[in-house]
Amino acid sequence: MRFDTPATNNPIDQMKVVGQAITRIDGPRKVTGTATYAYEWHDASLKAAYGYPVGAAIAKGRISSMDVQAARQAPGVLAVVTAESAGKLGKGSLNTATLMGGPEIQHYHQAIAVVVAETFEQARSAAQLIKVDYVEAPGAFDLAAEMENAVKPESGDPDSAAGDFGPAFEAAAVKLDERYTTPDQSHAMMEPHASLAVWNGDELTLWTSNQMIAWNRAQIAATLGMEEDKIHIMSPFIGGGFGSKLFLRSDALLAALGAKAAGRPVKLALPRPFLMNNTTHRPATIQRIRIGAGQDGRITAIGHESWSGDLPGGGPEAAVMQTRLLYAGQHRMTAMRLATLDLPEGNAMRAPGEAPGLMALEIAMDEMAEKLGIDPVEFRIINDTQVDPEKPEKQFSHRQFVECLRLGAERFGWERRNPTPGSVRDGRWLVGMGVASAFRNNLVMKSGARVRLDREGVVTVETDMTDIGTGTYTIIAQTAAEMMGLTVDKVAVNLGDTRFPVSAGSGGQWGANSSTAGVYAACVALREKIAQKLGFNSTDVTFADGEIRSGNRAISLAQAAGDDGITAEDTIEYGDVSEEKQQSTFGAHFVEVGIDAYTAEIRVRRMLGVAAAGRILNPITARSQMIGAMTMGVGGAFMEELAVDKRRGFFVNHDLAGYEVPVHADIHDQEVIFLDETDPYSSPMKAKGVGELGLCGVAAALANAVHNATGVRVRNYPVTLDKIIRDLPRIG
Amino acid sequence: MRQFTYERATSAASAAAAVADNGNAKFIAGGTNLLDLMKLEIETPTHLIDVNGLGLDKIEATEKGGLKIGALVRNTDLAADERVRRDYGVLTRALVAGASGQLRNKATTAGNLLQRTRCPYFYDTNQPCNKRQPGSGCSAIGGVTRQLGIVGVSDQCIATHPSDMAVAMRALDATVETVKSDGVTRSIPIADFHRLPGDTPHIETALDQGEIITAVTLPPPVAGRHVYRKVRDRASYAFALVSVAAIVRPDGTGRVALGGVAHKPWRVEAAEADMPNGAATVMRKLLDGARTTEENEFKVTLAERTLAGILEETKG
Ligand SMILES: Cc1cc2nc3c(=O)[nH]c(=O)nc-3n(C[C@H](O)[C@H](O)[C@H](O)COP(=O)(O)OP(=O)(O)OC[C@H]3O[C@@H](n4cnc5c(N)ncnc54)[C@H](O)[C@@H]3O)c2cc1C
Ligand code: SF4
Repeated sequence: MRFDTPATNNPIDQMKVVGQAITRIDGPRKVTGTATYAYEWHDASLKAAYGYPVGAAIAKGRISSMDVQAARQAPGVLAVVTAESAGKLGKGSLNTATLMGGPEIQHYHQAIAVVVAETFEQARSAAQLIKVDYVEAPGAFDLAAEMENAVKPESGDPDSAAGDFGPAFEAAAVKLDERYTTPDQSHAMMEPHASLAVWNGDELTLWTSNQMIAWNRAQIAATLGMEEDKIHIMSPFIGGGFGSKLFLRSDALLAALGAKAAGRPVKLALPRPFLMNNTTHRPATIQRIRIGAGQDGRITAIGHESWSGDLPGGGPEAAVMQTRLLYAGQHRMTAMRLATLDLPEGNAMRAPGEAPGLMALEIAMDEMAEKLGIDPVEFRIINDTQVDPEKPEKQFSHRQFVECLRLGAERFGWERRNPTPGSVRDGRWLVGMGVASAFRNNLVMKSGARVRLDREGVVTVETDMTDIGTGTYTIIAQTAAEMMGLTVDKVAVNLGDTRFPVSAGSGGQWGANSSTAGVYAACVALREKIAQKLGFNSTDVTFADGEIRSGNRAISLAQAAGDDGITAEDTIEYGDVSEEKQQSTFGAHFVEVGIDAYTAEIRVRRMLGVAAAGRILNPITARSQMIGAMTMGVGGAFMEELAVDKRRGFFVNHDLAGYEVPVHADIHDQEVIFLDETDPYSSPMKAKGVGELGLCGVAAALANAVHNATGVRVRNYPVTLDKIIRDLPRIG
Repeated sequence: MRQFTYERATSAASAAAAVADNGNAKFIAGGTNLLDLMKLEIETPTHLIDVNGLGLDKIEATEKGGLKIGALVRNTDLAADERVRRDYGVLTRALVAGASGQLRNKATTAGNLLQRTRCPYFYDTNQPCNKRQPGSGCSAIGGVTRQLGIVGVSDQCIATHPSDMAVAMRALDATVETVKSDGVTRSIPIADFHRLPGDTPHIETALDQGEIITAVTLPPPVAGRHVYRKVRDRASYAFALVSVAAIVRPDGTGRVALGGVAHKPWRVEAAEADMPNGAATVMRKLLDGARTTEENEFKVTLAERTLAGILEETKG
């Protein structure tokens, strides 16, 4: 199905099932331990052996010698594979560094060997027996120091300009020119990267934990030099990914290589420290923001520059993108510059681009509002735009940004905020409120599905779409149920298998809208087929209560299916309609924090997120996405930072004791409001992404609240007590 | 983790003897620290002697009016003991500020005292570390040091002792009771139990090889408000940036010990006389000679302000 005109009325608009608060259909399996994750395939017939990785002990250089003899002879060891013994390996286009290092080492903990043994303990123990000598090479590990060597990236729209920024900024009545930094961050999802590889001749079956299994298949094929159709991937349950599982990573490659060498199925999970230095991370940024406005608060000039680093061949963190679309202003510029760093590979993490970009921009907006003496909510409203400010002829498909701010302010009790920083006290707590805008573009991706109606009247959906904890199973079931006039218990959903039609996959908050639109398309085809089979005129049939009806005729779906059942398959593909209008998602975050007047400890008291993100397919799963994202925002604001050892070139705090994310005690009162909205430009579902939107802006709202509470402006994340304690009022 | 053999000890002295005779043997109690370190091959014992069955899991009143806490008493049970909660509140508060409920259910009194540092470089066997590998150098100095020590540090090591419980015990003047392989017992004042790093950061306590902890004895209760204030970036489940154990009498006099600043629970008795004069005066003596890094110098201010908060809260 091609989607090239805006959606009109369709069965989804009935909202009998879609849009209803249905608890997740995979919930019972998850809480009873019967949702099987990649590392949990314990099928005895597989006789899987265990792989354990060895990571490089240096950041850059060469392996001069490697002695695997002792490991090979260790108890239980079946195979040891290194770059030397692996044979020629390719590199997938989505990887920057090779997944198997040696002799050249490109980053710390780059995998250099895998040991396969009968038991996990034997593999781990033998891995430690491998002796490696290195010749270290000097590397670049400090973004601030490399800033001046940063270059304009070759691809990806690094610069933008409209009007004449320089003079307009100079001429502005009120100006801000500040620098902000965001640190390297780790996805730190619960389930580490894990895979089980099984070879059957030259065919590879892989159970893995991956967000985009079609991409993954192509990347494995490229890396191992195989045909894609010889690779079968299954990824039905994923314990979080946050972008780190968009790509093929070393777990899958090492499991495949180990299994080949050992002649046995091999399972391998990356040890926790590998998540920080072996896989990808969100790169640190240095951002300069300039805003010029008139005394009336109207922005006349806005400029946003960002510097980030990556390994040679890598890309920038697109931290300036939202600044091109969020606020009005005639004169504007953005620029991204990329430095070469020899730290591990930077890549997508939890709303890449906008998350770190808004961390900076939304502090700048707060500072600007303060300079202007305008309430920060009003300042944002004044600078709303209904068109792409770079291309005024292009409208937004739907933009309820101002509505989010106004409703949020009202519900949060924003009028109680004291604009004078450091003036509200509650016992030992200094209390402050903060606001920030949420913005994230809405991407749409081609997505396919197959649906089968059987003689029990059950519809089974198959698509290679993944559920990374987001609720995909449930919203897909709701979509099929709505389309076919069923309840969700009459829908079975099978996901994450390369034998199923290729879907959008989970990433960039495109998954929910795109994958359900694919199911919609397949269901339209199925409705056709059923009607045809029954000789009904497909234009005037309805599907309701398990029946297909036309005029005064009604036949149950079970009966319509017959013994053979009816199967249909289709893919939603997007035409120009998605280009016609600018599709974005909007929101506003309101937060209240308390800062201990003595210790400067920072604690969140309450949070409210308001989102305008198209049709909400399921308020429960959407709310979970929002509160999870808001929790990540607390991490980003107050604790998450990969600490770089700038001498040795690695992230030092490479475990969950050292890399802190929020715990339950950090999260109290979280509220979420979704505006009632449908966007006919997004898809027949009229939905958009919401998961990443929920994170965008949160950290800045929190940083702004810290300023409101204390008067201390921190521009370098994370905002931790050591950065404010010296500036707190004296005590005693 | 290397392969190891395992036995259950039948008496404290025989356990001590078994470890004394074998440089590669270690006691295991709750295992919450030792096993993690073994998995990373930071600790590589080839023989483990399980001391859980020695009956050292009781809390008894002493003749002097104090409490004798068996070495194997779980942190959860110690924190919940009625006498501890009533008379040694600082200890209960310190215990429940540590780790998580599950960990405290396993963690023991002796194991907690002997838990090893959380210096991140100690945990990465690719990095030089004098504590892990004597003579290899200290990676932390000149590196990432936000969590690390500010007093009593040396050019060889700037790590901290991570325990909360031990800080409270230091404020309470606890005594560590031990038995050696020859059956000889010792009572080691907690002040002398943990060592400063000096040139030998790998030697962390006054214990001899094979010497086993049987109990920790608390003297009679110390009157005053018992406070334990643990400061950290997140609200729970994190080691202290700085912690303060304090006992404050109505007249403002009392005791104070710090965690998160040194290789041992940090207390300078001479500084305590200044408690009625405010936190700044106390800290001048308590943190005299502090040697900070750019990343951790905030701990000086933080310790002072944390104590100031306690003194304010306990006034009158
Ligand atoms: C995730 C995590 C978070 C934590 N957070 C905190 C925290 O916030 N605050 C805090 O204070 N602690 C914290 N801890 C540490 C925890 O308190 C210790 O791991 C625990 O107290 C150790 O006790 P155990 O009985 O398990 O010791 P074990 O691991 O069994 O032993 C530790 C050491 O003591 C030796 N040993 C044990 N018993 C004896 C004995 N009777 N005589 C002589 N030697 C003995 C062992 O040989 C070993 O060297 C945390 C631990 C973890 C894993
Ligand atoms: S501070 Fe101590 S524990 Fe840390 S690296 Fe240096 S020697 Fe090792």
